[in-house]
Amino acid sequence: MGALLVLIFVAVICLCAPLYANDWAHVNAFSSNINGRFFIDGHWRSLLQANTQGLGLGVSPVGPTWHLNNYFLGADSQGRDVFARLLYGGRDSLLIGTTSALICVLLATISGLAAGYFGGVIDWLVSRLLDITWAFPVYLLAISLSVILVTSGFSVGPVHIQAGSLLLPIIIIALIYVPYVARPLRGIVMTLKEREFIQAAIGSGASDWRILRKEILPNVAPSIIVFFPLMVAFNMLTESALSFLGVGVQPPNASWGTIINDGLDLLYSRPWVAMAPGLMIVITAGALNLLGDGFRDAFDPKAKLRGSI
Amino acid sequence: MLQFKSMRKPGVLTSAIALTLTGLTGFSASPAGASSYQKAHAGGTLTLLASTAGGTLDPQVNYTLEYWQLYQATYDGLVTFQKVNGQASFTVVPDLATSLPKITNGGKTYTFTLRKGIKFSNGQTVTVNDVKATFIRLFKVSNPNSGSWYNAIAGGDACVATPASCTLSGLVVNAATNTVTFNLAKVDPEFIDQLAVPFGAILPAGTPAKDQGSTPVPGTGAYTFQSYNPATSLVMVRNPYFKVWNAKAQPQGYPNKIVENFGMTVESEVTAVENGQADWVFDPLPADRLGEISTKYPSQLSLHQLTANWYLPMNTNIAPFNNLKARQALNYAINKNNVVSLYGGTKLANPTCTILPKGFPGHTNFCGYTKGGGSNYKGPDMAKAKALVAASGTKGAVVKLVATNDAVNASVAQYVVSVLNQLGYKASVVLQSANIQFSYIQNTNNKVQISLTQWFQDYPAASDFINVLLGCSTFHPGSDNSINISGFCNTGIEAKIKAAEKLGITNPAGANVLWGQLDKTLMANYAPWVPLINPKLTDFVSKRVGNYKFSLEFYMYVDQLWVK
Repeated sequence: MGALLVLIFVAVICLCAPLYANDWAHVNAFSSNINGRFFIDGHWRSLLQANTQGLGLGVSPVGPTWHLNNYFLGADSQGRDVFARLLYGGRDSLLIGTTSALICVLLATISGLAAGYFGGVIDWLVSRLLDITWAFPVYLLAISLSVILVTSGFSVGPVHIQAGSLLLPIIIIALIYVPYVARPLRGIVMTLKEREFIQAAIGSGASDWRILRKEILPNVAPSIIVFFPLMVAFNMLTESALSFLGVGVQPPNASWGTIINDGLDLLYSRPWVAMAPGLMIVITAGALNLLGDGFRDAFDPKAKLRGSI
Repeated sequence: MLQFKSMRKPGVLTSAIALTLTGLTGFSASPAGASSYQKAHAGGTLTLLASTAGGTLDPQVNYTLEYWQLYQATYDGLVTFQKVNGQASFTVVPDLATSLPKITNGGKTYTFTLRKGIKFSNGQTVTVNDVKATFIRLFKVSNPNSGSWYNAIAGGDACVATPASCTLSGLVVNAATNTVTFNLAKVDPEFIDQLAVPFGAILPAGTPAKDQGSTPVPGTGAYTFQSYNPATSLVMVRNPYFKVWNAKAQPQGYPNKIVENFGMTVESEVTAVENGQADWVFDPLPADRLGEISTKYPSQLSLHQLTANWYLPMNTNIAPFNNLKARQALNYAINKNNVVSLYGGTKLANPTCTILPKGFPGHTNFCGYTKGGGSNYKGPDMAKAKALVAASGTKGAVVKLVATNDAVNASVAQYVVSVLNQLGYKASVVLQSANIQFSYIQNTNNKVQISLTQWFQDYPAASDFINVLLGCSTFHPGSDNSINISGFCNTGIEAKIKAAEKLGITNPAGANVLWGQLDKTLMANYAPWVPLINPKLTDFVSKRVGNYKFSLEFYMYVDQLWVK
């Protein structure tokens, strides 16, 4: 329950990003503001401040003010409000994590059910496809696909996805994790298929569609429910990694991964730029894992799925 | 000239005004080596750090400052820029030739006598046949300037047209007299400078006539490349066959081994040098570390004004920047003071409005695109910029800016994209490794609309910016060696370039006036670039390093550093 509350809190504050940026802090989180100034403690101050020590070289963005409506976490090297970007970044990270997990689990359920129930050629084809995907190291595959697609877009027939679209990381991340869910589901279906109630349904002349829908799916559903929050966490981490490497969410859009990347060059002078999104990832992924554990305890007490991923 | 690689890219360096703000040891006007050679300091391993490799190691192809700096210790031409500190480093001295050339035939014939007894690092003796083969190979490997510099040699144009059958009839060698004669098709007052840069390095005649990539090519310098892996490191060791013949041209080096490691972030590189784990950072220092370095390690830092430009070449042949108003709009919209901030502040860079850097021959102070007008940059004029975008009909166009992925370039690129979006374009940035970006943005097949790049002089002549970067002869569609990145070719401008070059033979001062006028005309009427800043160079070395010496032509002499 605690984990769920944390997740709800994170989701709500991230959804409030436009409200915070436009109506409270009055900042543009996506536009450079290098020569911008802000008012604090009765004085106007530059967002990027020239060093006055030593030889006087270098410029640093303002650090955290800890005033919630006024550059709470300071500015990045473009003079943008880090806290506003953190909220916008959370929206993208959660959107990509959740959507790609939905797609992943949907595709995995379809392929796992088909392979496990029908067997034969269908099982062979689906299993080999999953094996091939599984054979690639997951991050290597994700980076390879992203380098090609995220920077140049995707265009096949009537389907056009522009470079930089969030759809691309969503689809890429969803696809690379399908085997990790489909394989255990296939195993569960194969076990279920041998159970008496399924044999009875087959014997009574029920159609395959009806058996899958009415008999198999309800028995697989708990496992799917357990998988879902875990996949959200995995996918969110993958998205952050890709964005950190520059092949996920593209600037000036933000995700927690891109903000960490922005903060990498400020680690010594403004560590909060990188630390804040890092903390958000830890909190969110931790909460999702705890939620997954909770679902497992509730729906899959024998914990068969625990070591599947 | 070349490209710094990550930031200072093309170009070789710079400026006529090198300001040493701090107290690195060893700054004197003496030659870099030779008679003053101090054996007690010889030995040890010098460790250099660069975030990425500089691409091919082939000296006739590579056009990056990163490797041109290293080539000073590994290759020799018939002549070279003398290896001394300060302004004198722009002076050309004989290297593999016994003396400066005898110039006859009204400036169209250059005759050199080759030194005897010099050997390549593979043990092979240097002969006049190597010289002939070297210059033929230069055309066969599509040297970036084969069509703009070396085609001045009689037969050069034919070699540019059909490299495979190049014989370069204008280059005549005589093994009996050990002489090399260049017959030029036209007088070229800069020919001697062009022979002194690394493209003119003499290579063994048997060197394959294709880009050697990561395979080291033997040279005659004090060092030779032992190994090169662009993913990890480049190693230079002493050339076992090297003997000093002219210390001003090729002095004996100090370290026994020079290793340049790749792959670290610039932040980590700075930390490594601070901790004494490495000796020098090639990449521009990150803005957020400058304060710390200039406060805690001022004696290890030196600062030099460069005759170099950071600029945004806009592709004049594809939308939206094939529209003059769109190009002018971006010139009005960019706040160059912001770029100065991103580079590290006003002590490290100055905003510029001109193609020729401040202090460079031909430079004229003007600023056509600034708020309120005038000759100095005052700030952007967004209202005028937006009006121009509206008038151009390009609003809403998708624009991709290609830049390198180091901290400073990526930061400036993000700012430019932000400005493009404010102007109504749908802009995004494509960040690439410096290993590939410079070639990528030159090739028209990649349809690059706009990029962020840098140019450092090859030698102090206005043509090195205007003719090389905006002349028709350096625009090669479909080639990675098309240094005219804007793809700008205008017959009227080309005629004026030729006129300025011709005048330069008899009246250099008058020619510089013409170059200045050309600069103004190019920016006012065609605006193929957005000039951004003239940078300064910061060299940060480890505490143990001594004998720092700086050339205005090739920057820090790597091989002259002491590590013991």
